[in-house]
Amino acid sequence: MNTELIESITKLIIEKIGKPSEEKLASESGMVKLWDHLSPENQYIVTGSDSHDGAQNSNGLVKLWDHVKADESKSAGYKEENTILPELETRIGVSSPCHPEALQEWVTKTPARIGIGRAGLRPKIETWLRFRLDHGAAVDAVYGSVQQELLKSLNLFTVRTMVDQKEEYIRRPDLGRKLSEEAKRTIREKCQYKPKVQIIASDGLSSQAIEKNLEDVYLSFLQSLDQLGIEYGTSFYIEKGRVASMDEVGEILEPEVVVLFIGERPGLVSSESLSAYLCYKPRKGTIEADRMVISNIHSGGIPPVEAGAYLGSVVQKILKYQASGVSLVRKEG
Amino acid sequence: MIMKTRLLGQVYQFSNLKELFAKANEEKSGDRLANIAAESVQERIAAKQVLANLTIADIRNHPLIPAEEDEVSRIIEEQVNEPAYRRIQNWTIAELREYILDDTTTGEDLIRLSCGLTSEMIAAVAKLMSNLDLIHAANKLEIITKCNIAIGQKGTLASRLQPNHPTDNVEGMLASLKEGLSYGIGDAVIGINPVDDSVESVKRLLQATYDFIQDWNIPTQNCVLAHVTTQMKAIEQGAPADMIFQSIAGTEAANKSFGITASLLDEANQMIRELGTSTGPQRLYFETGQGSELSAESHFGVDQMTLESRNYGFAKRYDPYILNTVVGFIGPEYLYDSKQVVRAGLEDHFMAKMHGIPMGVDICYTNHIRADQNDIEDLGVLLTAAGVNFVIATPMGDDCMLNYQSLSYHDVATLRQTMNRRPAPLFEAWLENVGIMKDGKLTSRAGDLTLFHK
Repeated sequence: MNTELIESITKLIIEKIGKPSEEKLASESGMVKLWDHLSPENQYIVTGSDSHDGAQNSNGLVKLWDHVKADESKSAGYKEENTILPELETRIGVSSPCHPEALQEWVTKTPARIGIGRAGLRPKIETWLRFRLDHGAAVDAVYGSVQQELLKSLNLFTVRTMVDQKEEYIRRPDLGRKLSEEAKRTIREKCQYKPKVQIIASDGLSSQAIEKNLEDVYLSFLQSLDQLGIEYGTSFYIEKGRVASMDEVGEILEPEVVVLFIGERPGLVSSESLSAYLCYKPRKGTIEADRMVISNIHSGGIPPVEAGAYLGSVVQKILKYQASGVSLVRKEG
Repeated sequence: MIMKTRLLGQVYQFSNLKELFAKANEEKSGDRLANIAAESVQERIAAKQVLANLTIADIRNHPLIPAEEDEVSRIIEEQVNEPAYRRIQNWTIAELREYILDDTTTGEDLIRLSCGLTSEMIAAVAKLMSNLDLIHAANKLEIITKCNIAIGQKGTLASRLQPNHPTDNVEGMLASLKEGLSYGIGDAVIGINPVDDSVESVKRLLQATYDFIQDWNIPTQNCVLAHVTTQMKAIEQGAPADMIFQSIAGTEAANKSFGITASLLDEANQMIRELGTSTGPQRLYFETGQGSELSAESHFGVDQMTLESRNYGFAKRYDPYILNTVVGFIGPEYLYDSKQVVRAGLEDHFMAKMHGIPMGVDICYTNHIRADQNDIEDLGVLLTAAGVNFVIATPMGDDCMLNYQSLSYHDVATLRQTMNRRPAPLFEAWLENVGIMKDGKLTSRAGDLTLFHK
């Protein structure tokens, strides 16, 4: 393993990303070429060294992989270009659509992967790879934690559930619904008892969801409650919590309404989607159908600021009917 | 009842049917979570051996959840055809398996047989079946139902088109809907999961799908999968719905946590007959999935596979048009990885078909489960081979609202053409009419959503 070479390649790639005029640069310095998708005869990977970096080998070219044998490759030639592949994208791929303008317009109406065309009956390769890439990123988002700075800036203290590791969180939802003894003590000590509205946040299955959306949705929700003249208690953060952890909080603090902001299971379009669960008097034994949820709170779904404002009116309705979920639908008549 | 066996020098004793049923299951993380799983493969095999030697009557006489305590148990018990039961009550579960697999036993024979069986008996025999047993036996059964059009015929593979949108935007939903139609998807139902479970939102989506179906004369049915009470309100207020949907579970307590009871579903069934836009006779749509009772803490120590079977016994009361398990959706705490999802998918499909249920599967996975798209493509092939009535399809397999992955429009088209399956007959005729399909194959125009530009 030639560390120096790898460093020099990496540096070149990084520089390359920052420079827009690829072709010109390539012809001038004759540098790293990873794969030129435009010219089929050049589908091998060649890297060269830049004289400025001094990481040259004897012939000035380093071959990382070449599917054409050395003597056959003469005709193809080594294009010493400084090119990097473009980012994988879900592209429009319908061949000769009846209405090209409609196609262009319709794909902007939804984040769904539509208008992608096909290779026979199968997806095209770039669309397929982008899909697999997004899945990989979503899996990574499940594991991760929320920065303490964010929670501090919002004045949220942190308590824990019975869960230790994330793997345990995934396998044991029952433990994520229960607060640790220390958490119960802390909540009793620090929180206002019997508030009208108790606000909680938790990372759930996506720390990214909290990182990206909590500040906006939380502050706009508080503002909305203030405007409606609805009081709220002392908010806090539950690490690795499940939705039903609100029931234990309900037992301890006996609020009228609990609003829980929790990270959703990451999706491919967004791994930062947040949900707000609302429940009237959640207690031990609360049934799922009495909870309500506003999901898809993120920049590509319901914008967090709008969600916060909307939530205020939902809380107002819950307080008016003294019910949430299916019970609220019934009472509303 | 002999509840004891010795294998490889080790004695295994089971104290009751609940324990035996759980331990006879293939490995599932949900049974571990409930603390009822077999400790080892040997113990699992011992449980299967003991179960194989029990009789059908043993299971009826020792109910897992007594009828006096649970509405679902009562419904299952009341549906048993007594003469049919008496003919087979002395069969062992091993004999039941052999009858099901016998080459001379037809699908009609199985339906006749199942009139005398409870959901627990069907679950029991499925525990003795390998994956290929489940595929082969299910493939004998042809369950045809009709709402606006009939689906489920041998040699067909229908599909639910699921054009969900993260903000219920109608234009965005329609764009995904057109894409799906252009791949020949949507014969089972055009079914939308709304983000906003409000009456207004449900009405808007029902109207939009209904209008589109009318505009293009599409032989299919629409549905918006909000809570049953919300759909009923929307329908009362005049929204055009072909079907009513509801998620169901295998115990009364779990159903209660979903906000439903048997009588509420009776009301819904009555309402859709009186106010729905479809011709029927079947007009209900249910979703199920192993683990929901445990998730609702209403499982009573019964294993998730047996509870799933009870879903089908409960559903049978309503003669639904379609039902599907959402097999990889619930999460790794119930089905840990692709191996467990595959097994559960095949079990659910077989058990439902044995109940006479028009069974479909949402072959899917979430991002916290150990599976990827290749795994569910595999399960798509297995279930197509097993004769599944319909599968669910989303654009490129990515549901941008529910944040999980299912089969893609491409996948359904590929399964049909690779495994010689056709869309439902009336739907296929329509596809030919609009130039998307010819002789069972997609045309060169297929995949162009702008075919539906007016």
